[in-house]
Amino acid sequence: MTITANAPAGTQRSVLDALEAESIHIIREVLAEFEKPGLLFSGGKDSVVVLHLLAKAVAPLRVPIPVVHIDTGHNFAEVLNFRDSVVEKYGLNLVVGSVQEYIDRGELTELPDGTRNRLQTRVLLDTIEKNGFDVVFGGARRDEDKARAKERILSLRDEFGVWDPRNQRPEIWSLYNGRHEPDWHVRAFPISNWTERDIWAYIQRENIELPPIYFAHRRQVFERDGMWRALTPVSQPNEDEQVIIKQVRYRTVGDASCTGAVLSAADTVEKVLDELAIATVTERGATRADDRISAAGMEDRKTEGYF
Amino acid sequence: MTTTLLRIATAGSVDDGKSTLVGRLLHDAKAILADSLDDIARTSAERGFGGADGTLDLALVTDGLRAEREQGITIDVAYRYFSTDKRSFILADCPGHVQYTRNTVTGASTADAAIVLVDARNGVLEQTRRHLGVLALLRVPRLVVAVNKMDLIGWDEQGFKTIESEVLSLASELGIASTTVIPVSALQGDNVFEPSQSSTWYAGPTLLGLLEDLEPKLGGGTARLDVQYVIRPQGALAPGLDPEAYRDYRGYAGTLADGILNVGDTVQVLSNGHPVGSRIKAISTPAGPAQSAQAGDAIVVELETDLDIARGDTIVAGELPAAQREFQADICVLDPVKLTNGQRLLIKHGTKVSAAKLSSIDYVINVGDYAQQPADSLELNDLGRITLRSQAALAIEQYATSRTGGSFLLIDPTTGRTLAAGIIEEKHEAA
Repeated sequence: MTITANAPAGTQRSVLDALEAESIHIIREVLAEFEKPGLLFSGGKDSVVVLHLLAKAVAPLRVPIPVVHIDTGHNFAEVLNFRDSVVEKYGLNLVVGSVQEYIDRGELTELPDGTRNRLQTRVLLDTIEKNGFDVVFGGARRDEDKARAKERILSLRDEFGVWDPRNQRPEIWSLYNGRHEPDWHVRAFPISNWTERDIWAYIQRENIELPPIYFAHRRQVFERDGMWRALTPVSQPNEDEQVIIKQVRYRTVGDASCTGAVLSAADTVEKVLDELAIATVTERGATRADDRISAAGMEDRKTEGYF
Repeated sequence: MTTTLLRIATAGSVDDGKSTLVGRLLHDAKAILADSLDDIARTSAERGFGGADGTLDLALVTDGLRAEREQGITIDVAYRYFSTDKRSFILADCPGHVQYTRNTVTGASTADAAIVLVDARNGVLEQTRRHLGVLALLRVPRLVVAVNKMDLIGWDEQGFKTIESEVLSLASELGIASTTVIPVSALQGDNVFEPSQSSTWYAGPTLLGLLEDLEPKLGGGTARLDVQYVIRPQGALAPGLDPEAYRDYRGYAGTLADGILNVGDTVQVLSNGHPVGSRIKAISTPAGPAQSAQAGDAIVVELETDLDIARGDTIVAGELPAAQREFQADICVLDPVKLTNGQRLLIKHGTKVSAAKLSSIDYVINVGDYAQQPADSLELNDLGRITLRSQAALAIEQYATSRTGGSFLLIDPTTGRTLAAGIIEEKHEAA
């Protein structure tokens, strides 16, 4: 038997190749071991990268699982168009869980501030249950937040959809164990170990298409809480807030009523990467009002069943 | 130059200054952005850290979940990311106090290198011995021992040398080949990123310098592919592909665990222990068709002959020991259970899951002095040697030869919980 020291020397693989291989390994384990997987797909860059990896993991097959969009009703039109073109391109089934329909039926009540991020949780859990998904892939990354830094790649959710950080299953080597109680489900995060910069570098390398709002464009905005909010039907200025035109782009894509833009001239992936190299503010800190509620913002939402 | 990825794990307790060291690494690598730094500065001031204005409590960088702050403990392994021009790092930050064995096993199982902290004032403690014992068991390829808080012993060269020789003799007793001991002050940043002005007597590398230059061990050994997923088109091809071209397509997807695999290689397919020969017809990588693949690549292979291959089968180029139904292994118990002789379990080895039975507990290992003691049961955080019987024959290898071929999980067949992590060792009688 050969031992390592005598083995022929291989070449060191690049960071992106190593991350890509790890993600594909996770995706294949999940596809093989679960009965009914789905992919949470917002049209945001992270879910776009997960879809790209899914397609690679099963090539030459068609992506064998549906994409699930939890639609807050507060969308950027560009993102919805993008979603539909992706569904078409990959030949996917699309499942939509609509927050608006819940509100129209009186099953959810609009929050006083008009944002809908927190309303998504109920719709997400119902959509998972109704469709019988035993696992859903998500594009969460551990570098996003300290709650996510501790979350497993396969993260168990109990019958209430709740994440219990005190009772996580140890994850050792690349042996994943997704067994769970019948009314539980699993969230699978194959790009857990990627950073924001890795995502952009991969988008560049693989020439992956994104919604246009990720790149600098001129838009009507107003300033609120140190963030540039887009002028949309669901995000309107108060009396003392002035609408102006700025060149902006988005670092994350979320509910249009609480996602802010950053001032930027980066209109290509290359320029976004240059900008990231000198960025001084974290992605969620810069652009997500929903994470600013408290230091434990993400932790609280995760334990309620959020992504 | 291609930047590479290095996975590191840290072991040590808050008292050794581990949080401060991790905070220092992230801070000096500029991985903490302004909004997070503002939070840290505010909290540092609120808690009256250091006294001097603007002194940061870098331990706050790794401040955890509210659930943890409320209980004053660190619950779980946290993953941190930083990079330099040369390399990107994934750091598994393993808490030292609660369930140290379980956490260290989790963090170290994928690590290329481990950093163990020792407090310069206390030297090697029982806890250091435990951490080194677990890291030795998991055969983490490189060990770095950071002797921290050197500023508190006035950068005393003799004090450091004493600890260094104690660490090195312990490492050699445990069979850890590659160990480096570095004097640091995480609080002041000495010998972490920047060389210390206070340790003129120290000529070795800084912690980061060492991690940047360290060559990760490439998976050598026999090329081994545990089949994850069988790809047969059956009318469900990706849009735009010609069904005619894929009529007889049969691909076996998996991650090459060890070695190098080439198109044209003669292979053996191990299916429940019965080897069948074939040859590699084609290899696809995520970047497209390739002539060869190396350990760690996620690939799809096609074979020249039509065989009945399923998930859980193993394709090897070269010799592997005969598949086994009974073998010895060291396990670390990860769940609050009591494992006893005769217990029914599931084993997950590679991509295969099989019914299994714990034939016997051979001994438990005392992680303080590494002594082997007889035992009737193994409980949470215990390390012990067992003999296991598996319903399916498994293509096992020694862990020292193959991390993948030599490792497994034990799963509770009823609840599905992961009960233990196992490492396959050479068969021998209890000492």
